[in-house]
Amino acid sequence: MLKNFKITTAMIFALVVAGFSSSASAGVEGDTITLGSAISLSGKYSTNGLHTQRGYDFAVDRINSRGGVTVGGKSYKLAIKYYDDESTPARAAQLVERLIQQDGVEFMLGPYGSGLTKAVAPVSEKFGVPMVEAEGASRSLFTQGYKYLFAVLSTSEQYLAPAIELAAAKAKAAGKDPSSVRVAMAFENDPFSLDVRAGVVDAANKYGMKIVIDDKLPADLSDMSTTLTKTKALKPDVLIISGHSKGAATAGRQIEEMRIQADIVAITHCEAAKVHTKFPNASDGMLCPTQWVESSPLKDGMFGNAAEWNADFKAAHPSYTAVPYQTAQASAAVLVYKEAFEAANSFDQVKVRDAIAATDMETFYGNIKFSEAGNNIAKPMFMRQISGGTYNAIITADDMVFPRKASY
Amino acid sequence: MTRNTKILYAAILMFGILGPILFPAYTTQIAMLWVMVLMASTWDILGGQMGYNSLGNITFFGCGMYISAIIQVSMFYDVGEYTSAFGAIMPQFTDYEYFLGLGLGIVGAGVGAVVISLLLGPIVFGLRGPYFAIGTLAVAIAAGQLTGTVDYIGGGGGISMPFFPLDINSRSIFFYTLCFVLAGAVHCLLRWLYSTQFGLAINAIRDDEDKAESMGIPVLRYKQVGWAIAAFFMGTIGAVYGNMIGFIEPVEVAFPTATFGIFMVAMALLGGKGTLWGPVIGAVLFTIIKETTWTYLLGWQWVALGLILILNIVYFQQGIMGWLQEKYPERFGIVVDDISDGGKHE
Amino acid sequence: MLDNLQLLFVWAPIINVQIILEGIFVGAIFALVSYGLALVWGVMNVKNLAQGDFVIMGAYLTFTLSKYGLHPIFSLPIVLVIMFGYGWLIYLLIIRRVIDNDMFVSLLATFGLSLVMQQFMNVLYGPEVQIIDSKLPVYSMFDDFVTVPMAKIISLILAGTFALIIVIFMKKSRMGQAIRATSQDARAARVLGINTDRVYAFTYALNAAICGVAGVLVSIIWIFQPFYGIQYSLRAFAIVTAAGLGNLPAVIGAGFGLGLIEKYTSMILGTEYEIAAAVIMLLIVLIWRQIHLRRSRQVVR
Repeated sequence: MLKNFKITTAMIFALVVAGFSSSASAGVEGDTITLGSAISLSGKYSTNGLHTQRGYDFAVDRINSRGGVTVGGKSYKLAIKYYDDESTPARAAQLVERLIQQDGVEFMLGPYGSGLTKAVAPVSEKFGVPMVEAEGASRSLFTQGYKYLFAVLSTSEQYLAPAIELAAAKAKAAGKDPSSVRVAMAFENDPFSLDVRAGVVDAANKYGMKIVIDDKLPADLSDMSTTLTKTKALKPDVLIISGHSKGAATAGRQIEEMRIQADIVAITHCEAAKVHTKFPNASDGMLCPTQWVESSPLKDGMFGNAAEWNADFKAAHPSYTAVPYQTAQASAAVLVYKEAFEAANSFDQVKVRDAIAATDMETFYGNIKFSEAGNNIAKPMFMRQISGGTYNAIITADDMVFPRKASY
Repeated sequence: MTRNTKILYAAILMFGILGPILFPAYTTQIAMLWVMVLMASTWDILGGQMGYNSLGNITFFGCGMYISAIIQVSMFYDVGEYTSAFGAIMPQFTDYEYFLGLGLGIVGAGVGAVVISLLLGPIVFGLRGPYFAIGTLAVAIAAGQLTGTVDYIGGGGGISMPFFPLDINSRSIFFYTLCFVLAGAVHCLLRWLYSTQFGLAINAIRDDEDKAESMGIPVLRYKQVGWAIAAFFMGTIGAVYGNMIGFIEPVEVAFPTATFGIFMVAMALLGGKGTLWGPVIGAVLFTIIKETTWTYLLGWQWVALGLILILNIVYFQQGIMGWLQEKYPERFGIVVDDISDGGKHE
Repeated sequence: MLDNLQLLFVWAPIINVQIILEGIFVGAIFALVSYGLALVWGVMNVKNLAQGDFVIMGAYLTFTLSKYGLHPIFSLPIVLVIMFGYGWLIYLLIIRRVIDNDMFVSLLATFGLSLVMQQFMNVLYGPEVQIIDSKLPVYSMFDDFVTVPMAKIISLILAGTFALIIVIFMKKSRMGQAIRATSQDARAARVLGINTDRVYAFTYALNAAICGVAGVLVSIIWIFQPFYGIQYSLRAFAIVTAAGLGNLPAVIGAGFGLGLIEKYTSMILGTEYEIAAAVIMLLIVLIWRQIHLRRSRQVVR
């Protein structure tokens, strides 16, 4: 072996150490509180990862511009350290551990999506680092007994179950038994969508409805023509589709092309995929669950009410015509931290955690109060229907345009 | 073993043992380094030494991961119930139960992966060159897709792995040790293996398979054995990795063909395939590059990685070991005016 | 599964028409992309893993042009030219150096290229899923049971025409003959005065152009996103491997065949098997070939 090789090896080891180093900024340093977040900036969740990041950043800017966070009489600015988790759970878990261990972050914001949140929650929990997340809706996150995980959004099984409830109500109103309703559904084969499906299946089973189509779409599929062909043949009363933004976009396009008619059509992620503008015919009459409505009158001292938050965000990001709820709930998560820091008047992780757990406030995003398990029990899921290109809130079954008769 | 080699091994051993102690925050990252070393080294058995470029070794990684998960859960609960609850059941294992399950799981993963490799062998070993590569890739993708269709093991929703019972630091050290030991075991095994007739035989297969076969070398058996060795270690590290991550999913975590599957090839190529140390060096460098670009070039890290890959392939194909061997052939025991290829003296 | 079979053949056999049509439209795009891959693979022995990303790039170019008001159909020649030039550039920078090497090297180099391209598009256009509205009508038959968007028909026609043009080009033109000569025996071609370097460049550029055209078509009939390239690359590799190189009718046939198999599998077994169907079909073909060749004690090379 060469002498050179020994030197080379030594150099390699030095490089290894250097390579692993990063700016080890402590969680609270100077007058800055650094929150950490692994977020999907590339890969299949990058669309919503970006929406989430902008929500976080918007809140940070607003809070900082209004004097920041006051703890112990001193004023602190918020900052967020991001890593790209590439939309993969393994990477997200690694990065969260890195943020906590190497970068010294003491308070975490959640990643995008249930799958990723499921992967990072145990890490954060084990280190005793509070995590306020805004994008992981899977109810299984809240059955694990986590003490440090808090979610501002409503859990996933509530997303589309209301569509079944509305179908049952309409059936009763027409004098028919709800169990005569026939349901067709297509879900992406990933943790979040399957959770939404579980909620729908539970609701359908409650009424004894028949599920005539139960398709699971592979993660990268851009074509649901076979599902829709079956729909045309079987003529279900309710069509339900959930597959993140691309599922909504594919559904919009192909429902339009294949001229699908069903009394109720319910899809998730309509706003994120902009189906109301891109597919005006297909989206007419579609039910879209949303975590948040811009017309909500609820307000808080930082952002005003929903309409004000909406207007300010659009001013900061003119490319948005309709701001998706993912962004709104991200801002709400940061707000929870601000309030918790000030309520605890400390940066001790346990004290802050307890302050978060005691949160009970009204915000532009909705009421936030966490259950023992960490999920938000004060804010319901809203159902909206697209009619003439705009989203109309559906509070009761009478607000609906029923049945959906799309003109192609 | 020459004196220099002994020093090198001692240095690596020291780094491996002291690393997590001196830099506890980096424990998991160094553990990932050992995982990468293992992946690259096992890939090289078939890829570099035998000339069979497999893009599907990741199949065993995922199979091991799932086999271990099934064993760990099924020992105390019904798997179907566990997965369909979407993590709503969080079984409380005693320490003894957890470690027993984990131990059986890891061993089962390795053995199961070997069995799978024997079953898959006939599908792919009649293929050569690009067809072998694509055939193995197809196997890996099929494995990932089909796993996602089986609701019993969670389908697309994945499986939440049982919780490690001790505190977080012990957890990191525990899994780190497993990764380090496995990587070390692979290296030692390969070091010995390449110096035996096995090494000569598989190199003969690489150089000219038909001639080797006509000389009486039982080619198919060597291929099976080589793949089985790779499968065993990929399966065990898959089981360990699955437990490290805590939540497994078919396409993203268990069978990531587009990332790990290709990374292991890139690492072996970067360091110099067909050599014992090539994959190791490649893995180390690759990990460093990946971590640095991820930290400092957020938003552009993939571009940087892709560019480095291209540059490496285009300008530096023989890899680092190959380059070193060309520059200092005598130091590697290569006699220049002989028609021998690649030194294996370490 | 039985329900689906009954649906197909007993209760509503008319939907077979829809499924077959979908399979054909999908297959046409696959066949086009596969042809380009077969070309590059056969002539230069380069396995272009970035094939799908070229397609997506073509789609994004169409998208950009459509922002300036240009209808996708009319932007097709522009995209073709741009992609041709891009392919030539990539050849000069990267491909030229990996041609005469270990076949794996080209795979990895193009993988690196694929990474760079994906991320560039991600940075430029954002990760949102995009579509282009071709504003073409939808034809419906049999009481809306079978609907065919005009856009898909046009894409089929365009794909076919383009393929035909290339076939004629390969047969009749000087360059086409040079390409074929080079693929048969590069050294002999060089001896006979053919500038093989130019031939290679042209072939790769042509492949990029073919993918670009496929991208234009994809943009009007489906959705696209920076990371969707792998879907097309995967199918193309499956088709070319199954059909064998240099056999254009087989490639086209396999393309359509794959499209139909995917759709029918997805219909009968369930959509979660759609991608698995593609790879398993490939494996079946490979296994069959091995069994076939084993009789004569040969292997699949």
